[in-house]
Amino acid sequence: MSVAPTLVFAVGNLSRGDDAVGPLLAERLATAAVPGVEVLVDFQLQVEHALDLAGRERVIFVDACVDAEAPFVERPVVADAGFAHTSHSLAPAQVLETYRRVTGSEPPAALLFGVRAHSFELGAGLSPDTERASQAAWPRLLELCCR
Amino acid sequence: MITLPLETAAHPEQLRRVVIEPLSRVEGHGKVTLLLDEDGHVQQARLHIVEFRAFEKFIQGRPYWEVPVMVQRLCGICPVSHHLAACKALDQVVGATTLTPTAEKIRRLMHYGQILQSHALHFFHLSSPDLLFGFGSDLARRNIVGVAAAYPDVARQGVLLRRYGQEVIRHTAGKRIHGTGSVPGGVNKSLTAAERDELQKDIYQMIAWSRDAVRLVRQLFEQDLETCRSFGTFAARTLSLVRADGAMDLYHGGLRAKHADGGTIFDHVDYGHYWEQISEEVKAWSYMKFPYLRALGHEDGWYRVGPLTRVTRCDFIPTPLADRERREFMAFDDGRAAQSTLGFHWARMIEMLHAAEAIKDLLHDGDLLGTDLMAGGKRQARGVGVIEAPRGTLIHHYRVDESDQVVRANLIVSTTHNNHAMNIAIREVARKYLDGRTLTEGLLNHIEVAVRAFDPCLSCATHAVGRMPLSVQLLEADGSVADALVRG
Repeated sequence: MSVAPTLVFAVGNLSRGDDAVGPLLAERLATAAVPGVEVLVDFQLQVEHALDLAGRERVIFVDACVDAEAPFVERPVVADAGFAHTSHSLAPAQVLETYRRVTGSEPPAALLFGVRAHSFELGAGLSPDTERASQAAWPRLLELCCR
Repeated sequence: MITLPLETAAHPEQLRRVVIEPLSRVEGHGKVTLLLDEDGHVQQARLHIVEFRAFEKFIQGRPYWEVPVMVQRLCGICPVSHHLAACKALDQVVGATTLTPTAEKIRRLMHYGQILQSHALHFFHLSSPDLLFGFGSDLARRNIVGVAAAYPDVARQGVLLRRYGQEVIRHTAGKRIHGTGSVPGGVNKSLTAAERDELQKDIYQMIAWSRDAVRLVRQLFEQDLETCRSFGTFAARTLSLVRADGAMDLYHGGLRAKHADGGTIFDHVDYGHYWEQISEEVKAWSYMKFPYLRALGHEDGWYRVGPLTRVTRCDFIPTPLADRERREFMAFDDGRAAQSTLGFHWARMIEMLHAAEAIKDLLHDGDLLGTDLMAGGKRQARGVGVIEAPRGTLIHHYRVDESDQVVRANLIVSTTHNNHAMNIAIREVARKYLDGRTLTEGLLNHIEVAVRAFDPCLSCATHAVGRMPLSVQLLEADGSVADALVRG
């Protein structure tokens, strides 16, 4: 079965303040229905998500980012073992490395698209600053997906 | 009587504090404080988890029918457990005291899919790196990627077991995340024949891999028996659900509490009045409550929940392969493995095998394809749902008013039940491995291994890039930093 060449993987929780920014951007992207782009959303990255990379040409991880110096940042991601001390999540680089180890082949090109985030309170919406950052990020995310 | 008090230091104000923070990936949501006496001995251990304070507030005021979906956002690692516990509570609110066979079996299938995927993740992501490489090994290797490099088949099986469990959830809950499959009174979909056939195709492979995982843990115990026997081990009272005939039942049953020596405290208690048996204590230093058995009081009534409790305190496991492994586990090393903190890992794999067997049995049950999905009855104002989630007993308790709003919610999650027991485990490890006034990577490794055995839910439902430091601080009594370690 063929898969869309571009995977946009949004990570976050809609009920945890700025953590929702990834899923909210994914929702807009899914509505835009860009040809050749599949959109997936989950709370956090886990080992099985490595299998979602199979057959892709590129993957864009969309996530809240607490150390973004601008409203949004674009960072190439390369496979890396990294460090994990809970079972609760992997970093994008670890997902790529898991893919490499489990499948024996190189992962697709990957980009982290991070939107500046501040607050993660349970039950809260986006903070005003992250709301503005999200609006600024949207045209660029769409442009990246349409390439 | 077990007496392992946390609060009995004669003069706690004179203790030095060792702070290890944060254990979680979210800023400030998990840290360990070790309180030392003047001789450098560990008197108290405190695992701080601040996340659970807002759960009830998050739910109160919502229409009850929204609750099974929204509670999934409480936890990114076991959302299905919250989904099902909420539904079990709200079944009572809508008067559905007995579900249709199809609804109950679809929910059970969903739950065993959750157990399978969660235990697979835990073992291959956390336990196996620690057990395969040793606690003092290079940190860079002690993760799933390190396992994949050294043991590619083990890692691959872990990923595929995890994915299979997710597929069970997707087919039963309707979606990969934020599923809506279970609703108060039943379910809103059953399986199609095509979905059942797809899941049947791989289930025997999942059972085989699960058996291999149990055997791998046994081998790892055999290779380092002394460490596995003594690491963070302590005697504990226990709490779990069991079926009416004493069998393990992770979806439904009565409450069973046992003394550390196996003597019964209570058995087959209707969880609909759990508060008559369990109360919760608040301590000033923790956002997390401390549940205890009322009959024993707050000083002595603490207990342990989770895989180790369930496997060792049930009378039998109602699937043959898992029950055989349970009996071997119970007998191993004259029963000492079944009492050790690292026995959590072995018990977890036995449960994973049980979950795979239970899924197989359900996939051969025609009721899964049924169309009678909903039950109802006389509306009630209150509902309590209890389920054995991957990490232990999970209680959801709601009161709903006449306009369908949740006016009161009380949740006791597995990590809260284990609050005191985790502190004891950390203290025992710290007492053994802390060397005077110096914090070492080795100490941190060992404390992490103790925490990872329980795998507490540390504010797991958020994700953000750039928030994963792990730092260790040694503070003198006056608050000055004597030593520090940072990871991340």
